[in-house]
Amino acid sequence: MTLQFLADGLIAGALIGLGAIGVTLTYSILRFANFAHGEFVSFGAYATLLLAAIIGSVVAGADQPIGPFSFGWGVIVAAVAAMASTGALALALDAVLFKRLRDKGAAITIVMASFGASMALRSLLEFAFTSRPAYFSRDLQIALPVGLGIRVTPDQIALLGITAVLMIGVHLLLTRSQIGRAMRAVSENPALARVAGVDVARVIRAAWLIGGALACVAGVMLGLLVQIRPFMGFDLLLPMFAAAILGGIGSVPGALAGALIVGVSEAAAVQMIGAEWRAAVAFLLLIGVLLVKPTGLFGRSD
Amino acid sequence: MPDMIGLTAYASFFLVTALVNAIACLGLNVQWGQTGLFNVGVAGFVAIGAYTSALLTTPASPEHLGGFALPIALGWLGAMLLAGAISAFVGAVTLRLRSDYLAITTFGVAVAVQLVALNAQKLTGGAFGIGFIPRPFEALAERPALFGLANLLLVGALVAVLYVGLERLVRSPWGRVLRAIREDERAARSLGKSPTLYRLQAFALGGAIMGLAGAVNAHFIGFIAPESYQSSLTFQIWAMLIVGGSGNNRGAIFGAGLIWALWSVSGLAIGAFFPPEEQARAAALRIVAIGLALAATIALRPRGLFGERATVSRHLDDANAMITTDRV
Repeated sequence: MTLQFLADGLIAGALIGLGAIGVTLTYSILRFANFAHGEFVSFGAYATLLLAAIIGSVVAGADQPIGPFSFGWGVIVAAVAAMASTGALALALDAVLFKRLRDKGAAITIVMASFGASMALRSLLEFAFTSRPAYFSRDLQIALPVGLGIRVTPDQIALLGITAVLMIGVHLLLTRSQIGRAMRAVSENPALARVAGVDVARVIRAAWLIGGALACVAGVMLGLLVQIRPFMGFDLLLPMFAAAILGGIGSVPGALAGALIVGVSEAAAVQMIGAEWRAAVAFLLLIGVLLVKPTGLFGRSD
Repeated sequence: MPDMIGLTAYASFFLVTALVNAIACLGLNVQWGQTGLFNVGVAGFVAIGAYTSALLTTPASPEHLGGFALPIALGWLGAMLLAGAISAFVGAVTLRLRSDYLAITTFGVAVAVQLVALNAQKLTGGAFGIGFIPRPFEALAERPALFGLANLLLVGALVAVLYVGLERLVRSPWGRVLRAIREDERAARSLGKSPTLYRLQAFALGGAIMGLAGAVNAHFIGFIAPESYQSSLTFQIWAMLIVGGSGNNRGAIFGAGLIWALWSVSGLAIGAFFPPEEQARAAALRIVAIGLALAATIALRPRGLFGERATVSRHLDDANAMITTDRV
């Protein structure tokens, strides 16, 4: 038993956390569990792949790896553009599907609609890109020892850093900015927030944009570290839900803490039991938290 | 006339599969249609039933545990009991919480069942699944048309029994409490009904019926493998119920037939019009089509083709009649 699982778990946790923030934001502001959130992850990865390929074919040298990393600046530019387009996808889905149902006031029907949208989006990705895995780069990275018997690749370090910056950014946005205050007001009490003059439609747009953009980053990370498949986001859905509920649904720091717990537990299980049982960890944690403390670590009981 | 025999065999295969889907759809109707419980793991509960019945009825095998060679009927019963018990557990954990938690947990059940089916080789045969599951009317297997018809009659009778039983339940006081809870939980509670307990019963009953669907299908095909129980199955059953009209048992059965027909026809079309290397991609479009049908139904005709009928106590008519006669 080495401590490698801590590093692996931290990286998996960062990835799950980026997705879980979107899940928890959607839940606290729109009040439904969005099953299509996993497809935002996959869509973001494929959009980045496509845009990076276009940039690479137009601008020479865009796909040249930067320093010790496996990706060039083309991927970075593409990822930023893809974050915007994933946010746009979330907004579009809301406009054509969720908004109509929200206006009718059928809460659980929205969950079902999101399940249908998830299935349709995933199949569209499969149609467009086939189910064969795709890669940003075929190069293998050498993992560097960082002490205590732990090895990490330069990509993993870079992605951990980016995640940390994004998390701090989201935290500051929610706690310090005007829109953040409005978002928290809507999550506390939508009726009261509306009466107090909060633009609820704008808050909803912000939640979709932030959730979509972060999901896209998770997809790019997963694509850089493992591979890109139409099912990649769907397979991440249960860990994301488990993390959001474990941390207390509606709580952004909770989603991150929950994600780290899920990630490290998964990595420990992979090392001790076997990689094929990885997906069971999130399920067991989910059942455990629902049995013991359904409000989660940072959640409020309502 | 060999063509006639082939056609009969295909038609009965088609109808039996449609009826199996109808069973699962009736189970979902108890959970969603009558009670408003959202189950995203239908495929998981169907799989639990299929594997349970297969393990109970297959002859002893060195490849996996079990193989108890029990009669098929006992396999079906076991499938219902285990699927019902696991549903009851899931319900006990989640039903006192917000409705989304049930959805998330059932989704988790489907993932976990898929994982066990794939990886617990000793129990489930892994990716290769379990074969040689005894089929009803095995003696007729040499004559496909007769074999198909016999199975069709058996599954048809099963659906008829379920339909009549569930219709009685819908009209029973129990069924009325379920709908009362679905429509106005607070009102039902104020009348002294425990919403959690009733929901739990409905969820377990629905899960047991889904397990039965899995078991019946396993014995009709004679072979099961994990890939038959992916989320697209859940999605299909949902589409059947929503398009047919949730809350309506006739709608559930009709929706199962309709969606299964569309699914089969589109499958044949893909086989005929697309080159083999493009068929997997084209198959993805089928799911998109079903998804669009589902979304369109939810948005445009939320009650489905049949819709729910108002059901009141059968004593109400008598009471009304009495009032009328009194007035006269």
